Amino acid sequence: MTVIRPSVSQSWDHLDRLESESIHILREVVAQSAKPVLLFSGGKDSMVVLHLARKAFHPHHLPFPLMHVDTGHNFPEVIDFRDRIVAQYGVDLVVRSVEDSIRQGRARVRSAQDSRNALQAITLVDAIHELGFDACMGGARRDEEKARAKERIFSFRDEFGGWDPKNQRPELWDLYNARVHPGENMRVFPISNWTELDVWEYICQEKLELPSLYFAHSRAVVARGLQWVPITELTPAREGETVEQRSVRFRTVGDMTCTCPVLSEAQSVQEILRETETSELTERGATRQDDQTSEASMELRKRQGYF
Amino acid sequence: MEHKLKTQEILRFITCGSVDDGKSTLIGRLLLDSKAVMADQWQSIETTSQRRGMEQVDLSLLTDGLQAEREQGITIDVAYRYFSTPKRRFIIADTPGHAQYTRNMVTGASTADLAILLLDVQKGVVEQTRRHAHIVRLLGIRRVVVAVNKMDLVNYREEDFFRVKVAFENFAASLAFREVDILPMSAVNGDGVVHRGERMDWYQGPTLMEILEQTPLDEVALEAGFRYPIQNVNRLPALAGEERRGAMGRVESGTVAVGDEVVVLPAGRTSRIASIETWEGSLEQARSGQSVTLTLEDQIDFTRGDMIAGAACPPRLEKTFEALLCWFSSMPYDATRRFLIQHTTRSTPMKVEKILERLDILTSTTELNPQGVVMNDLVRMAIRVQQPLAFDPYEANRASGSFIVIDAVTHDTVAAGMIC
Repeated sequence: MTVIRPSVSQSWDHLDRLESESIHILREVVAQSAKPVLLFSGGKDSMVVLHLARKAFHPHHLPFPLMHVDTGHNFPEVIDFRDRIVAQYGVDLVVRSVEDSIRQGRARVRSAQDSRNALQAITLVDAIHELGFDACMGGARRDEEKARAKERIFSFRDEFGGWDPKNQRPELWDLYNARVHPGENMRVFPISNWTELDVWEYICQEKLELPSLYFAHSRAVVARGLQWVPITELTPAREGETVEQRSVRFRTVGDMTCTCPVLSEAQSVQEILRETETSELTERGATRQDDQTSEASMELRKRQGYF
Repeated sequence: MEHKLKTQEILRFITCGSVDDGKSTLIGRLLLDSKAVMADQWQSIETTSQRRGMEQVDLSLLTDGLQAEREQGITIDVAYRYFSTPKRRFIIADTPGHAQYTRNMVTGASTADLAILLLDVQKGVVEQTRRHAHIVRLLGIRRVVVAVNKMDLVNYREEDFFRVKVAFENFAASLAFREVDILPMSAVNGDGVVHRGERMDWYQGPTLMEILEQTPLDEVALEAGFRYPIQNVNRLPALAGEERRGAMGRVESGTVAVGDEVVVLPAGRTSRIASIETWEGSLEQARSGQSVTLTLEDQIDFTRGDMIAGAACPPRLEKTFEALLCWFSSMPYDATRRFLIQHTTRSTPMKVEKILERLDILTSTTELNPQGVVMNDLVRMAIRVQQPLAFDPYEANRASGSFIVIDAVTHDTVAAGMIC
C-alpha cells in the first residue's frame, strides 16, 4: 500500500485543482486533434487559458497558434495588449476580421454601428474551414450564462459550426472524445469549471497582466437600464440621455458596441477581487447588451456557430 | 489592504429528482440563501413569475435552461452550476429526473462526490427514488443525502417525515452506502435547506447546507495505488549529457515521490522516478489530481496510452474483462459495427464477446443473455480489446476502472462502462 504523505494533501486548494484539470484538458486536445487553435481576444479569460497552456507544455513552445476574430469594434487598448503579449511570449497569432467578412458579403450589417458580436460566428466558422482547424479552444465558462451551463468541455460542432444542445456527446469522468470528421470541429473550454472569482484569484496568484480597461479609469458613460453604456464614436448618447464622466472598469472586454463597464474605483487585481466577492450583478448581466435582447440570445448565437 | 486568497476545497454533487419533487426550487433555494443569486438574475425571474401570474417568485426559474426546456417545462440535459460559501466551493450537476434520461444521470454522477436524492414527503419512496439510488450506487458515490421535501404540505409533521425515513432505510439497506443522511425540508419556504427555520423544532439533525459544508471529501483516489496514464511525451533539456524524455500526465490516483519504484505498462518494465517537473520547478512529490511531467531513472520507451503505476501495487493488465455498460446511443447495439474503447488515455478496438445480463434496477433483478441492447439499458458484458488495458475494478478506482465506447465510423460516444 502507498502511504499517504500528509504534507502532499495539505497544500492542495481549489485553484490547484482547477489548474490541473485545465492542463489535463489542454494536453488531451493536443493529443487527440490534428490541428488545434486557441482563440485569444486579449480578455482576462483568454489570458488565463494562454497561461495554462504555457504551463501545460512547458518547457516547450505552444504546440498550436492563437487566433483572434477581430470585430473591428474592439477597444484599441485591448488590441495593443494582444499584440504586446504575442510578441512578449513569442507565440503565433492569426487574425481574421469581421470587416473582411462584411466586405466579401459573407456577413451583412444594417449600419456601421450595429453590434458585430453575432457576426463573429460567420468569420470564425469561415476561418476554421480556411485554415483546417479541428479543435478551437477558448475561455468560455459555464457560470457565465445559462446556455453555457449545459455546454460540454469538448463540444461537438457540425460542418456549419452549429451546436445542437439536444444532441451533445455524453461526457463522463475525465474521458474526452475529440474525434471529428473532416469539416466538423470541436470547441474546447478548458476553464469550463472556473467561476469569475476563480479567474480573478488566479490572475492575482499568477500575477498575470491584463489590458488597462479592466482597471478603474475615467470614461464618458450614460446610464441605460441597469447598465452604464460607454460613449464612443460607435455608441453615441441617445436623445435625452445625460453623458457623465465616471470612474469605471470593464468586467469583460468584448465588442465596443455591446460591452459596458461597471462603476468602480478598483485600481488593482486585489481591489477587483474584493469587489467581485461582493458584486450584486452577474458578469454578463452588468456588462453585455447582447444577452439582454431575449432570454435565449446566447443559445441562439451558439446554435449558429458562435463560440 | 492585501486581499487574502482563501484556500478552499471543491465539493461536486449531483441532484436527483424531478421538477415535481421541487428539484429546481431546491437548487434555486440553495443559490438564493447562500447569496449566489445576483440582482439581475432576480429581476429576470421576478418579471417572468409576474408575467406567468404567480404570486410568489418562482425559484425554479433560476435554473431554467434552454429554449426547448422552457417551452416544454422539462430539463433536457445535464447543467452545471457553481456557488460558494465561506467554507467551500460547490459544483452542482443538475440532471433531469425522468426515466428516459438515465444516461444524463449517469453522466452527472460520474464526477460527483455526493448525491442528493430528492423526494416528496407526500409520495414517499417511489420508483424513481429506487432508480436514482441504484444509479448513484453503481457510479460509486458513497455519500447520499435524502432530502424529504415539501414538508410545508404536511404541516411539518414529524410522523410524515418519519414514515418516509423508515421506508427509505428499509429499501436502501441492501445498497450499502457509506453514509446516508435523511432530512426534512421545505425548499419553497427555505426550512432545513440553508436556514433551519422554526417550523420543525422536533428535528435536531443537520441542515442540507451543514452537510454540504462539512461532509469529508472523498479521498478514495488519494488513498488508492499510484496510477499515471501518459497523455503525451516530450523531450526535456539534457541533464549531465543524458537525453531525457518526459511523460506528461495527471496523477489519477495515489501519490508519487522522487525515488519511488514504478512499473511502465503494458511493457512491464520497472524503474524509479527520477524527477517530477512542473512550470514552477521540480517537485519532491505529487498527489492525485495533479498535472505534472515525470522522468524515469532508466531509458524506457513509453508513449501516450501507457500507464506508469506503483510497482508495489500494480493494476491488472488484461485483454479481456467484464464490465457494466450504460448504453447511450439512440441506435441499439449492433454486433456488426466496429467500436473503440477509450480507457484512461488509451484508445483501442474492442469487441463484445458476450452480453451476459441486463440489469433491471427497479426490481433489482437481472435478465440473462438478453437479445439486444437499447438506449438507457444497463448491461454486463464480456469484452475483449486489441491492446491490453491496465485497469482496476471501478469500485476501487474510478479513473482506472472507467471507459467510454466510441463508434469507429460515426465517432459518437455510444456507451460508458465500469470494469467489474
